[in-house]
Amino acid sequence: MNPLLEVKNLKKYFKTGGGMLHAVDNVSFTLDEGKTLGVVGESGCGKSTLGRTVLHLLEPTDGQIFFQGKDITNPSRKELRQLRENMQIIFQDPFSSLDPRKTVSEAIMEPLIVRGGMSKADMQAKTRELMDTVGLAARLEHSYPHELDGGRRQRIGIACALALEPKFIVCDEPVSALDVSIQAQVINLMLDLQEQRGLSYMFVTHDLSVVKYISDDILVMYLGQVVEKAPADELFSNTLHPYSKALLSAIPVPKYPNNAQRILLKGEITSPINPKPGCRFAARCRYATEACSKPQTLVECSPGHFIACCRYKEIQEHKEDNENA
Amino acid sequence: MSTKKTKKKSQWHDIWRQLKKNKLAVISLFVLIALILIAILAPVLAPYSYKTQDVVNANAGSSAEHLLGTDKLGRDILSRLLYGSRASLIMGFSAIAIGAIIGIAIGAISGYFGGWTDNIIMRLLDIYQAIPMLLLCIALAAVLGPSLRNAIIALGVGMVPGYARMMRASVMTVRGKEFVESAKSKNCSTVRIILKHIIPNAIGPMIVQITMGVGSCILSGAALSFIGLGVQAPTAEWGAMISDARASLRQYPTQALYPGLCVMISVLACNLLGDGLRDALDPRLRN
Repeated sequence: MNPLLEVKNLKKYFKTGGGMLHAVDNVSFTLDEGKTLGVVGESGCGKSTLGRTVLHLLEPTDGQIFFQGKDITNPSRKELRQLRENMQIIFQDPFSSLDPRKTVSEAIMEPLIVRGGMSKADMQAKTRELMDTVGLAARLEHSYPHELDGGRRQRIGIACALALEPKFIVCDEPVSALDVSIQAQVINLMLDLQEQRGLSYMFVTHDLSVVKYISDDILVMYLGQVVEKAPADELFSNTLHPYSKALLSAIPVPKYPNNAQRILLKGEITSPINPKPGCRFAARCRYATEACSKPQTLVECSPGHFIACCRYKEIQEHKEDNENA
Repeated sequence: MSTKKTKKKSQWHDIWRQLKKNKLAVISLFVLIALILIAILAPVLAPYSYKTQDVVNANAGSSAEHLLGTDKLGRDILSRLLYGSRASLIMGFSAIAIGAIIGIAIGAISGYFGGWTDNIIMRLLDIYQAIPMLLLCIALAAVLGPSLRNAIIALGVGMVPGYARMMRASVMTVRGKEFVESAKSKNCSTVRIILKHIIPNAIGPMIVQITMGVGSCILSGAALSFIGLGVQAPTAEWGAMISDARASLRQYPTQALYPGLCVMISVLACNLLGDGLRDALDPRLRN
């Protein structure tokens, strides 16, 4: 079976005063129907840019994107319109992603109006149905976003994304702006919707506990590059890349005494403008050697588990030595 | 259909409810409505025609016959004030309409597209703004001939750069918001994004400026008439009346005072209403 979405060597560079900023560099992944791909990494690693580039909200610099087996790297205007009906996005901040001058029903109805071909009554019925689906009370339809709390606003965002019945949704940190109690509600809603509608998600986040809960596959990004890619369980049980390890060690553990060792990264994040070839994490990596200054390639170390670190085997042995000692 | 209608009605109802809280704005609104009514009903309200001369009673003070006295040609000042509101209001509203519509369109395009479009438009406006407005009006009047219509065109065109600049700044802050990107991802066309999302959100600060602009247009219109480039005699206009009274300002100050007060009251009303509207129109300031 063809994957729903396939991205090959995608690159997105931005021109800046100091040179080319490599926001997304050579990223490849596939996403099957009904699955969730988690994309994690620290702020500024290009994970949101990756999501936006896939949706053509930003034009890719290089690489290829296939959706349902079709090359959509350079879509025509008409193709792009069709594409957007199948690919939608849920934004991070429900405070700024909703037009403050549109009521709830106006916001949800807008994609339907733009698509056209529906009578007004049908659109209203559809809007009510969508509000019901995402758990918004009908009495809120004439409310303005500023009158609602964050959780409800994000529900509007989800309803807007669902209006065109897409197959694939990029979730750009959809819960990071919400209270923890509401985060769980919204995530459960998204999981239910996935089950009912067979949606595929690309879930961009820096919240690792969320990503573990929701993802089938996880992509760990550092400065625009994929450093590790594995099924969720595999990644959490057998973390290989030193950066992923540091990242995972940051998940808070609700246990006392907390014996988990927190790996603290030292040094500054390398500039993404005109980066040198070689491992971009090397400057902060405690295992870095000469070999790390050569370009790293993503290799499959076990089925489905990819890693871009030339020293992962030695690091693994080193760890085992430590454990034996 | 019916639900839409009730909703729209309630939106205006909402704005009115908010505006009502601001006493000064409500008073200003009534003053403006009264001015408009006076302008429309001038022939009914005025005791004399604006050009009837009563030379025997020239430069008369207040009396039962001429409530506010007469000017140097013996024309009834009250009647001329009432008729004068026509020219002043037409000038104020039409000039602002020309200036604001063109300015908002240019500013929205410039601010939304940015880059080269923005650069070219802004540099052109810079050049344009380097020409003093009054000189521009004089030049236009010289070319087109002095008349009310040409004064309106000159004033309107003169307002464009200011509004374009303001709109551009406002649009630029809105353009970066995520809801614009969201609209793009929902397949909205550029025109729809600008008309439905950018302009409604960017126009808030403009409303105030536009309402206040009506005031300043009345003021500039009076100034143009004062220097003889606007309304031509014998048509009554407040600025022209002040100009006429100038020669005998020491002997008969009231001849200039009354039209001056009229200008002041209408400008003040516009400004205060603008302030009130800004608060009422912003859904985020409502509660």
